[in-house]
Formats: sequence, structure tokens, C-alpha cells
Amino acid sequence: MDFLFITQQSLSAAIGVNTIIFALAAIGLNMHFGYTGLLNFGQAGFLAVGAYSVAVAVVSFNISLWIALLIGIGNSIILALLLGIPTLRLRADYLAIVTIAAGEIIRQIARSATFNDTLGGSDGITGKFGKEFFDLNPFSEGLNLPFLRYTPNDLWVVVVGWSVVALILALMWLLVNSPWGRLLKAIREDEDAVRSLGKNVYLYKIQSLIAGGVIGSIGGFVYALSRQSVQPDNYGTALTFFAYTVLILGGAARVMAPVAGAVIFWFLLVFVEQFLRQAVSAGYIPDWLIGVNQVGQIRFMLVGLGLMLLMIFRPQGIFGDRKELALDARA
Amino acid sequence: MPAHSSRFKEQALAAFAAITPTPGVAKPDPIIVADKVTRRFGGLTAVNVDHVEIQRGSITALIGPNGAGKTTFFNLLTGFDSVNEGTWTLNGEQIAGTPPHKVARKGMVRTFQLTKALYRLSVLDNMRLAATGQRGESFIRGLFPFIWRKQESAITAQAEELLTRFKLIDKKSDFAAALSGGQRKLLEMARALMVKPEIVMLDEPMAGVNPALKQSLLGHIKDLRDEGMTVLFVEHDMDMVRDISDWVIVMAEGKIVAEGSPESVMGNQAVIDAYLGAHHDVSLDEGRS
Amino acid sequence: MRKKRFGALMMFATIATTLSCLGFGFGATGAASAATPTFIQGTLIDTEKNPLPGVGISATGPNNFSSTSITDSSGKWQIEVPVAAVYEVSINQEQLPDGQALTDPTRATIKANVISLGFNVTILFPIGPGVEKASDLERGAQLLADGLILALVIALAALGLNLVFGTTGLTNFAHGELLTLGGLLTYYLSAIVGLKVIFAVPIAVLLSAFIGGYLQDKVLWQPLRRRGTGLIAALIVSIGLAILIRYFFLFIFGGDTRQLPEYAGQDGLTIGLVSITPKSIITSSIGLAMLIAATMWLSRSHMGKASRAVADNPALASSSGIEVERVIRAVWILGATLAGFAGIMVTINQGVSFVLGQDLLLLIFAAVTLGGLGTINGALIGSLVIGVSIQLSTLFIPTELKYVGALAILIIILLVRPQGILGKKGRIG
Repeated sequence: MDFLFITQQSLSAAIGVNTIIFALAAIGLNMHFGYTGLLNFGQAGFLAVGAYSVAVAVVSFNISLWIALLIGIGNSIILALLLGIPTLRLRADYLAIVTIAAGEIIRQIARSATFNDTLGGSDGITGKFGKEFFDLNPFSEGLNLPFLRYTPNDLWVVVVGWSVVALILALMWLLVNSPWGRLLKAIREDEDAVRSLGKNVYLYKIQSLIAGGVIGSIGGFVYALSRQSVQPDNYGTALTFFAYTVLILGGAARVMAPVAGAVIFWFLLVFVEQFLRQAVSAGYIPDWLIGVNQVGQIRFMLVGLGLMLLMIFRPQGIFGDRKELALDARA
Repeated sequence: MPAHSSRFKEQALAAFAAITPTPGVAKPDPIIVADKVTRRFGGLTAVNVDHVEIQRGSITALIGPNGAGKTTFFNLLTGFDSVNEGTWTLNGEQIAGTPPHKVARKGMVRTFQLTKALYRLSVLDNMRLAATGQRGESFIRGLFPFIWRKQESAITAQAEELLTRFKLIDKKSDFAAALSGGQRKLLEMARALMVKPEIVMLDEPMAGVNPALKQSLLGHIKDLRDEGMTVLFVEHDMDMVRDISDWVIVMAEGKIVAEGSPESVMGNQAVIDAYLGAHHDVSLDEGRS
Repeated sequence: MRKKRFGALMMFATIATTLSCLGFGFGATGAASAATPTFIQGTLIDTEKNPLPGVGISATGPNNFSSTSITDSSGKWQIEVPVAAVYEVSINQEQLPDGQALTDPTRATIKANVISLGFNVTILFPIGPGVEKASDLERGAQLLADGLILALVIALAALGLNLVFGTTGLTNFAHGELLTLGGLLTYYLSAIVGLKVIFAVPIAVLLSAFIGGYLQDKVLWQPLRRRGTGLIAALIVSIGLAILIRYFFLFIFGGDTRQLPEYAGQDGLTIGLVSITPKSIITSSIGLAMLIAATMWLSRSHMGKASRAVADNPALASSSGIEVERVIRAVWILGATLAGFAGIMVTINQGVSFVLGQDLLLLIFAAVTLGGLGTINGALIGSLVIGVSIQLSTLFIPTELKYVGALAILIIILLVRPQGILGKKGRIG
């Protein structure tokens, strides 16, 4: 067993590109679910819109990447409005079902042969649409520390990605500690009470949906740019569910929670995978029990089990405090 | 706390003195006038109020057996439910069909039968939330604390003053969920006052409140009138109705069946029928109200 | 569903021939110089590879170019084109022999892109024996029948989902896995253990009811209710459970779709305008009978009435002497039984994979939401609307987008009627 390799892989993943993508997706969900109580199960759709906006604009329409990023944000705002205007008047469970449906609509349209010419069908779009971004890369060499290893391009994505996350977290902190944030939290607790005090609940819910959706679409930018490719099936409901797992792992309604959750999530995911892979190939685990290519399935089973156990025994997340847990019993 | 001078009570009673106590009778200075308000659920007509007026600056009780449509009528007036037909005015302005938050901004603020304290907000935040015209409630301005910090201090001072008056100041940093049932009722009433309303609508303010707190709640309700506000409340506790209300309106089967002073209404045959006799089966509809 | 399977075969054959023709075309002409004449060409054959002579094929292009060719005795046709451009090539369908038609009538005109002179372009018009001679009426009838069967599968699953929601408030994202469970059990019992399907199915249904209903509620959901777990927390637990079970199924079963060995290739019977396999008729009849029995049980039996009382108002039901927990357990068992059979229906007719339930879950949710969360008849009506509209929508939109259409219908109906078709409007205060 090569524990150095396992640790290296796990640590690189823990602060790597995937962690950034899931942190951003979960920060958006934190705005929706953690602070406003909106059950958005279509977050994958927001990431898809961000990712596809960039890829389609640059590859199919030859637009500059920087303008494409603005288009992506614009599109995610439009999606939030399309989703929010009809559904935010509905009960929470209806919102969940409509958003999950909308996320699937986006994915199925993206992968359909009908729109093959612009959206690339089930293969998605692969191309050098991140060129303008990687041209700015100041790192000519990657990182090769004992416990951390990145290619130059990955290093550039990671540095920029974490800077964006830091900026968004700072804005998030300001927002949730403002009267605006107080209103969102009040809506989460009881929207009729907030209405009775003369506040336009609907307006704030839409603002929350837009803000969290835009943050999700920025996660989509990172997803697309880091791989220079978009694939429709990466944006299925599983992405949304894993983002919820990340959020709950860290503890909803805490500014830093999604980042902590994403780091732990990816560290564990990669650690378990590498550990099992090595254990299987070294013969510590018999072949008839787990084959090498079944390792991926085991780790997702563990994600599911972990999500259940967390929600049952520590719904406040790893860093949450017990007092709030006691109060939450009613929800 | 303003002295419990009976001056305000006398003023209110004087306004009612000349009125014939019949259902739907006109008031000298009505703040709310409602006409032909109808709400049906499936085949059942929950509210069918032909005409009613609420006198400004008074405490008016709305009573009636379970399922009489009192809470539904409240919901309709405050915009939380929509009517099948009917119109009503607040200070002469048509407000039928106005969404609830706009009704509140026009000065009509309500509380709920099941208290809606915002559990995972502190008591102080519950209060501060309700203040009107907050600059920091805008998304963009919320990002810049220097824009709203000064206003926030003023709001906090106002909230603490009210919390002191309602004897909740010691709890200001606690989560609202940590309060007792009665304290939540107090908090909800205090929070409504942060909106600086003209008329306060209380839906069963005494439900689930222990006797010790009842007296203090009663005092607070009288204070509202004595500060010039109008109070309309739904209540089952007849002692309380007799004690604090200037005028009583009785509903049964969605209609207004009697109006008058507390004393006259308590002896009214229509009221006794409504509560005890003729329509006893009505109370079976309780589950929905 | 003979026609369908046949259509798929045809399509496969077509793709294969197109590919080989293209390869051929480039190979043969690639070496030629640009001066050689350039053709758009093809060979018109039916599925038995018999040539179809005497059919007119015409091409139009820039500068009013227009030319027609008639297929020769070996079915070949070619049209010489003057410049590199995109041409529109059409087939005169009326000249096709009786019993032969385009397999896709929308492809009577095909664009041919002549990239540069010297490179011939081969165009293929797939012809089949009357497959697409089917009139709109026949297609509609077939789709309606398919839609009704899909609606039945959805309804079987939706009823249980809605009952559990009604009685416990749980929005169960792991409900789809109950369908997969039923399907996988049937597969293992028949393909691995070797039981006849007719015996495997009842055992699989009973096991579904026991594992998916009784055990699931007893081990997981009842303890959670006792702990006072909130509704949203429970919803997220169900998501975790769905992920756990789904990947467990993948772990033990693998990622492919498998057919039951028995009845795998059954020919369809033609009944009136529609073609339907005997296994589909039988499973649908049993499914319908189960659905009717379940709704009768809900409306007539003591336990059924009690479950509706609990759904209406659990506190009131409890205070009037109904054992709420027993009712919930019964509802879970009923729901798992119906869902298990829904999965079995899919397995027998289309095969089973680990995502069988997941693929249907959104449609089940759509049906339940459409009808109104928590209402029994609503779930049935919602299933009917979703199932039939998915299939019929393929008359107007590409088949691959049919689920998009159904989900869009859901969103549009909720816009007009936020509480669903039969749902009750909430009251406040």
C-alpha cells in the first residue's frame, strides 16, 4: 500500500478543482436552502447553464471568453427568473419537484440530437474555449510537493478558483449579516409572519434564487474551463444531491460551511477510492467481493449512507452547534 | 407605560353610545368598512358578511362558535386569503385584493392564532426585522454596512424600548424558540408594534397563555387603544372579552348575527343560540379553522 | 410491439449502410481529380435489399439548379451537380411500390453537402415495408395504447408515493428504488434461480412488500418519526437512501439492461389499430386489477378509510382512536407492493437496469404533483395525463424530448393551478 500516493491524491483533491466546483454549487444552495429555506433541487441546471454558456458562446459563436462569462451570468439570472416567478408562490415541496424537473429539462435539451449543432448532443462540447483564460496563466511549472501535485493549468485554475470562492464568501458574509440577510432567515422560519410585517416575501425569494443561482453558474464556469469541455450528463440530479451532501456536511446556514464540506467530501471520496483500489489490487480485499472497477460504486454507496447518517444524527453538520439542532426539531 | 386612565375607554364608549346595536350598523368614525364579503370552500360558505364597520380608536372583539368564520374573515381582511366576492376599505381606501405585505404597510398588522415567532432568530432580530423602510433590506445596499448601520442603531433602540415595555428585554439575545408560549404571544404583539400600525388585528391573543401573563397581555392591549390604535381581536375567552372590549361583533356560520356592547351581546338570544343551541353541529367544522 | 422492434432494427441497418456507403463513396472518388464529374447518388433498396426501380429522385440547388434521376433496375440513381454547394434532394414517394414507404416520412427531403467537386455524396432514403404507411390515426392509436401502459406503471408507483406523503408528509426520493427492487428480484428469481416468471413474479411482489414496505418502515422511517425528524430532514435522508441503494444495485447487478430469458422476444398481436405483446396485455391487466383493488381497499375497508383520515389530519385521527402507526405501516406495505409490481411490469416488457426506478421517479413525481400532492384520485389522474401526453407528444416533437415535454406540462399546469388538478388550496392561520 502506497500511503504517500493515497494521501497525495486525497489532499490534491481536497483543495483541487472539483472541491472548488462543489463549494460554489453548495454556496449557492446555502443561499437558497440554508438561509432562505428554498428547496432548490435544480442547482445542477444552474451549473449547466454557466458551463454551456461559456462553451457555446466561445465555440459555436466565436464570442470572447470574457463576454461569454457575462452572458453566462445573464443566462443564470434568466433561469432563476423563469424558475422563480412561477414556483416561488408554491409550497416548498412543489418547488423541489419543479426545480428538479427544470434541471432535467435543461440536461435533456443539452444532450438531445435536435440541438446537436449548437449544444453538441450527448457528447457535449470539447474545444479550446478556455484559451483566453489559460493565456493569462503565469505558472510555467506545476506544483510538485510531497503531498500536493498539480499541472500548471490545474494550478492556475485552483489559484483563480479559490480567489473567486474567497471573494464570494466575503460578499456572502456581508449579505447574511445585513438586514437583507435577516429577512431571508425570517422567510426561512415563517414566510407568513414576514408577510404580516409588510415585507414582500416573493421579491426576496427571487433575489435569493438569483444570487444562489449565479454563484452556482460560476461553479459551472470553473467546471467547463478546468476541463475545456462540457458534457451534459455531468449536470444530472446527482450533482445537485452531492452539493446538498457537501452543504449538510459543513452545516447549512453557516457562511464557511460549503467550503469545509467540499474539502472534507472530496478528501474522503478520493481517499476511500484510492485506499480501496490499492487494497483490492494488493489482494487485501478478495476479488470476488469487490472488483477494481467496482470501487467507484462503493464510494458512492458511502456518500449515500453518509448523507443519511449525517441528516439523522448531525443535521447541524460537522461544525454546527447543538443548540440550533435542538431548536430545529420542529422543522 | 401610559397611565390606565379611563379617558380613552370613555371616549371609545361615547362613540358607541348613540348606536343601535344591530348587525352591520354604521359607526361614527369607521376605520374599516366591509361589504358583501364572501368566501366559499367547495360547497361550504365560510364567510358571508353583508356589511360591517370597525370604529377607529376602539377595541372591538370578534366572537362566535368554532367554525363561524372568524379567522377566515381575518385572513380575508389582511390579504392572506382571497375572497369570492366583496370589497372593504381601510381609511376609505379600497384594499380588497391587496397582497398581505401591502395591507401591512398601509397600517393594518395582524398576529396569528398559532404564534409565528421566528424561531431561529434572536428575540431582538425578531423585533428589528419588523421595522419599516430599512435601507439595508436592499440587496445592493445590504452589502455596504456604512449605509444602514446608523438606521440599524435607531431600530435597535426602538426595539429594546418595546422589549423593555413587554418585559422581554432580558431575553433579547435568546432564540425566539426558547421563549414560553405566552412570551411568544408578547413578542408577536411587540413585533407588530415595530411596524407602527394604525390597526392591530389579534387572532386569539390569549390562546395558550398562562393566567399570570394574561393580565399583562390585557394591559398591553388596552395600551394599544390608549395610544390611539384600533384593535380588532378574535377571542374565545369571554372574561377577557367582557373585560377589555368596547364593542363586540358576533359571527355564526359566516354571518354577523349580532353587535353591541359586551353586556348587551352576552344577553342576546341570537348569541346564545349561536353558541349553544340551534346550530350546535357547526362546531364540527373546527378542524379547518 | 413488433413494429417498434422492427423499426429499431431498420434504423440500425440504415445507419450501418449509410456509414458503409459514405466510406465507399469517399474511397472510390477521393483519388479522382476535381475535373471529373461530381454526383449526388444512392441506391434505393428495401429492407430485404431488393432494389426499387422507377422512383424519381430530384435535387435542387443554387442558381436554380434542378435535376431529376429515376432509379434503375438495380435501384441506383445519380444526379450530376455543377458546383460545390448544399443541395436539397427529394424522393417522389408516390412512385414507391405498394407496401413500401419511407421509414421516416419527414425525411422525404434530405440536404446533401457537396464539399468540393470530385467528391461524390451518397444519400440514403431508408425504405421499409409499410412501417410508416401507418396513418396518423394508427400512430396515434399505438401511442395512446403505449401511453396508457406507461400511465399504469406511473400510477402504480404514484399511488404509494402519494399515500406515504399523505400519511407521513415524507417526500420520498427513494421511491423509485422500490420499482428497481421489484424488477431485480424478478430477474434474479427467474434468470439466476431459474424459476418460471409466473412463479417469480408473486414471490418478487411479496418480497418487495416485505423488504421495501415492512422492513423499510420498521428499520428506518418509524424510528425517524419517533425521533421527531423534520420533513425536510427526512426528505434528504431519502435522497441519501436512494443514492445508497442505487449504487448498491449497480454494485451487485452491473450497469447494463438485461431482459428476462423467458418471453424475451415475443411477437405482438394486432388488435384493431394497435400492436401489443401478450406479455404486455397480461402484465397490464394484472397491474390494472391491482390498482383497482388498491383504490377499492382505500375507499371501502376500515384500514383504507383510516389511512385517508390520517392523511387528512393525523392528530384528529389519532385522537379518534385510529392507530396511526399501524395505518402508516399498512400504507408503506401497499405502496411497496404496487411500486414493486410497477417495476416488474417494466422489467418483463423492457428489461431491468439499476436506474429503472430513477428514470421513472421524476415522472412519478410529476404525476403526483400534477394531481395534487396527497390526493389519491389526483395521483391517478396525474399519471394518466403524464403517461399519455409523453407518448402522444412524440407525434409533434422528437422522441428524445418526450420527457422534456411532460415536465414542461407539469410546470405549465402548476402555473395555472398551483395546488395541482385535484389538490386543495391551503388555508392560513
